[in-house]
Amino acid sequence: MERVLLKNIDNPSSAEITEYRRAGGYESLSRALGLLPKDIIDEVKKSGLRGRGGAGFPVAMKWTFAAADPKFPKYLLCNADEGEPGTFKDRPILERNPHLLIEGMAISAYALGAEYGYIYLRGEYPAAKGILNRAISQAYENGFLGDNISGKGIKFHLAVHQGAGAYICGEETALIESLEGDKGQPRIKPPFPVNVGAFGKPTIVNNVETLSNLPHIVTIGGDEYAKIGSSDCPGPKLYCVSGHVERPGVYELPMGTSLREIIFTHCGGIKDGKKLKAVIPGGISTPVLPPDKIDCPMDFVNMPKHGSMLGSGAVIVMDESVCLVKVCYRALKFFEHESCGKCTPCREGTEWLRKILGRIEKGEGQEGDIDLLLAVSGNIMGKTFCPLGDGAASVVQNFIRHFRPEFEAHVKTKSCVVPG
Amino acid sequence: MFSTEAIKEIEEIKSKYPTARAALLPAMYVAQREYGLLSPEAYEEVSDLLGVPRTIARGVGTFYAMYKQIPMGRNVVQLCTNVSCMILGAERLVDHLKNKYGLEPGGTTPDRRFSLVIMECIGACGTAPAMLVNDDFHENLTEKNIENILEKYK
Repeated sequence: MERVLLKNIDNPSSAEITEYRRAGGYESLSRALGLLPKDIIDEVKKSGLRGRGGAGFPVAMKWTFAAADPKFPKYLLCNADEGEPGTFKDRPILERNPHLLIEGMAISAYALGAEYGYIYLRGEYPAAKGILNRAISQAYENGFLGDNISGKGIKFHLAVHQGAGAYICGEETALIESLEGDKGQPRIKPPFPVNVGAFGKPTIVNNVETLSNLPHIVTIGGDEYAKIGSSDCPGPKLYCVSGHVERPGVYELPMGTSLREIIFTHCGGIKDGKKLKAVIPGGISTPVLPPDKIDCPMDFVNMPKHGSMLGSGAVIVMDESVCLVKVCYRALKFFEHESCGKCTPCREGTEWLRKILGRIEKGEGQEGDIDLLLAVSGNIMGKTFCPLGDGAASVVQNFIRHFRPEFEAHVKTKSCVVPG
Repeated sequence: MFSTEAIKEIEEIKSKYPTARAALLPAMYVAQREYGLLSPEAYEEVSDLLGVPRTIARGVGTFYAMYKQIPMGRNVVQLCTNVSCMILGAERLVDHLKNKYGLEPGGTTPDRRFSLVIMECIGACGTAPAMLVNDDFHENLTEKNIENILEKYK
């Protein structure tokens, strides 16, 4: 497949506007400005593009709601918070292809009638901040951002807003709170951000990868784009693979490539010829899968049928040397740390889960602990404002579902069953 | 007191947002750079410059992990121990920093050369284990190369 999102990133100057334009960059924006905003939304609808942040929501649907709201100004926010552990797919775009994102945002802003945009960038990407700021200045100088884009009277202003190390700000309403200068605690919905978002105005929040698809959709048209990858959620997809594979990294492949193909063909298989034990397919919040489930196509539609989710496409591969009780414990330590504290089931529940997993891991597990974990998880699931609590609960439930004997052995023998 | 440059920078930041309150997070980064941490004075000055109540500034500042409430060493070692880094040996690195430099998670060496902060995923999972030292990424860490890397930070 021709690379769309990672096009030219091997060029050491790929982040410079001259190089980006040399490769045809910003031509899609010119083309887009010759279309009516509603025609662009129609192309996005035809493309079947779904949000790449994790939820897979149809982009055109979100856009239609926001475009229909008569309140002004509207805001376009790019979610570059990329905090889901295991995820590093947006980083190559931010650091090496920033103009693709800026062009995608300018096209989107025109389609939506948004005059102001912010890139909400996680605090842990200091290099990307400098690169984006430089790219934004270049885009202003070249007339692709500002009060009169390409001399056509179109206005769109863009700035970087740096987060400060809170995973929860990847949730769109928490992101908005954080942009407005508050603690990143999710809001209750409705109202949805498309109607009442940043500063009380209609707001569209899309992921870096999502927005970076826009230039290609405008260039080749929605119908052509829809032929890439899975038919019910098409397009190129960035899969970022970490853990025990020979060649970890970010791979741009057609949406729906199977986990097996990603791990064994593209990443060269399990490191040092060891055996695969488990895979977390879409970032730490997505349900873990045992080796017999890796033939599933990695897309938003098929993954749930196989008991997991595509999430952010962050594949964490674990070989036979890994203690899954320990992985589960470390994951819960993360959720406890990142719970914003707003909802009691999540705030208290994640602490309880971490404590129980911690004692099992240390060889101090008690009889009934595994059922207690499931009971606590059940009391978090579906009882919180945002999906952080559900994620934590589902991690525990799925580790136990697929690997219960390992947890039981930990409790029974008071030690780890993994050799070494 | 903030430097004149810092005050100017905060004024510029304000112009990027429709409300002064929205400048709170970036202004606190400026304050942290000025004082090395968000001290009571830093909170007061930020809240005065933005017209945001002090209790709000402090509430927001303490919510986010990257705003420091205690003094840090000259170099902040931000080591990830989340799953991708953990399964490739991040915990051995934590032990190594303890043994070699007497550096504990959340602690600072007596000579104030290093502070160690344990991170929750820094987006370098494909090159794990990884850390940020101040603003610099260092990836594919081993017990051996981490020493060479840290040597450069005085």
